[in-house]
Amino acid sequence: MQETNSDLKPKILVKDLNFYYGAFHALKNVNLSVVDRHVTAFIGPSGCGKSTLLRTFNRMHELYPRQKATGEILINGENALDPKEDVNRLRARVGMVFQKPTPFPMSIHDNIAFGVKLYENLSKSEMNDRIEWALHKAALWKEVKDKLKQNGNSLSGGQQQRLCIARAIAVRPEVLLLDEPTSALDPISTAQVEELIHELKKDYTIAIVTHNMQQAGRVSDFTAFMYIGELIEYNKTDKIFTNPDQSLTEQYITGHFG
Amino acid sequence: MNLKYLRRKIANGMALVLSLLAMGFGLFWLGWILYTLFSRALPAIHSTVFTQMTPPPGAQGGLLNAIVGSLMLTTIATLIGTPIGILAGTYLSEIGESNGLSKVVRFINSILLSAPSVVIGFFVYALFVARVGHFSGWAGAFALSVILIPVVVNSTETMLKLVPTSLREAAAALGAPQWKVIIFVAYRAARSGILTGILLAVARISGETAPLLFTALNNQFWSSDLSKPMANLPVVIFQFAMSPYEDWQSLAWAGAFLITMSVLMFNILARLFLRGGNARN
Repeated sequence: MQETNSDLKPKILVKDLNFYYGAFHALKNVNLSVVDRHVTAFIGPSGCGKSTLLRTFNRMHELYPRQKATGEILINGENALDPKEDVNRLRARVGMVFQKPTPFPMSIHDNIAFGVKLYENLSKSEMNDRIEWALHKAALWKEVKDKLKQNGNSLSGGQQQRLCIARAIAVRPEVLLLDEPTSALDPISTAQVEELIHELKKDYTIAIVTHNMQQAGRVSDFTAFMYIGELIEYNKTDKIFTNPDQSLTEQYITGHFG
Repeated sequence: MNLKYLRRKIANGMALVLSLLAMGFGLFWLGWILYTLFSRALPAIHSTVFTQMTPPPGAQGGLLNAIVGSLMLTTIATLIGTPIGILAGTYLSEIGESNGLSKVVRFINSILLSAPSVVIGFFVYALFVARVGHFSGWAGAFALSVILIPVVVNSTETMLKLVPTSLREAAAALGAPQWKVIIFVAYRAARSGILTGILLAVARISGETAPLLFTALNNQFWSSDLSKPMANLPVVIFQFAMSPYEDWQSLAWAGAFLITMSVLMFNILARLFLRGGNARN
């Protein structure tokens, strides 16, 4: 990959992040930067804290009173964890797609319009344009353009997940968090979503959690390896997968545990 | 044949026979009740049932005032109780979830759910009727709504709990504030279930007699004034069935038939809603 250093602006800077589920210390002094308009993958065995880390970026953990994060997460230089920062505005800027497809029980059109309506006042035709644009971006337009009024749940699993991606994109976030977005999908849908990630990184900063190391290798530019709440190693994906600095990383990617 | 296998087969057969017998026992009584109801009520159903007022003994008459009274009382009770029930159920499922207040409310609600309706009638009597000095439609509607509320609270909470957390998280992740998540996503996902709960609660109150005896009492004449005693089917049935007059007794059967049919209709509607909701999702 040919890149000059000026291309590598940090979009998200994590500083001394600690996370607690009640008394359980789930993330320990994590420091890392997520590079603007690149894909960063988070890998590691189950329970290592990679999803937890991702969910602090848009403060999803605040939905649950017993979960607590300390430290700083600077997004464009502003601390996202600052209680003064409006959490809903933050989430509109930092979109998220989950493991299981989660279409809302409403039409495909309304699924996408839901998020857009929260912060923008669009005319009907502007809204239709936005929906078409988002569905194009999510490579779903061709399949659903004649059935936008149908319920989102009527789509196949892979289509539902792309609908969720379209829904997240439609609010035009700066960052896209993908939490194991293909683990519930078949291989063809997985390939489509991976293709999509490749397209989307031109415009968005993407952080993806995955259990599938081949996937991390295929889609990401940077990879972070985590183990029991700690960030063990973080580097360019090529480096992590060919010549990691830490023996723990090497053991994990060669399948010795996890 | 292996002895162990034989034992299992016998146990299986016995369990099957016992459960069939239990089902047959229940169905037998239900069938008997329905048979008696139909055979007594059908001859009593004339068009006059729907067009004339409850008569004095020996005169011709119908149930019009009682039918209208019942409809009014049930409707008002539903209008009072449904919003309260849905809001409280929403609090329990979405907002309070596991805080102290929720635990207390949930506990009180389950007591209220199984409280004898006569107690609720007596409560409203003491609180309302005794102070105002006379029976009234409002008191009846209020008593019925007290019976309806815990049913709706319970079903709303249960149905909202069935909405996957991932759906709420997905809506929150788009930047939706909690009230929008609840109204536009959780309610929508649980809509058919919540509606079903309301219908079943309405079915439940439409046959209640005891609370109305203490509150709305009865009115032999046409009255749509809620501040006066009001005719209603359950109390008319109670009065007429206990009377020695044969024409009153047959009107009581007709009233019982109407209530049974409306409860049946509510149950069928509830099932249709639930099925429609499942097909959509």
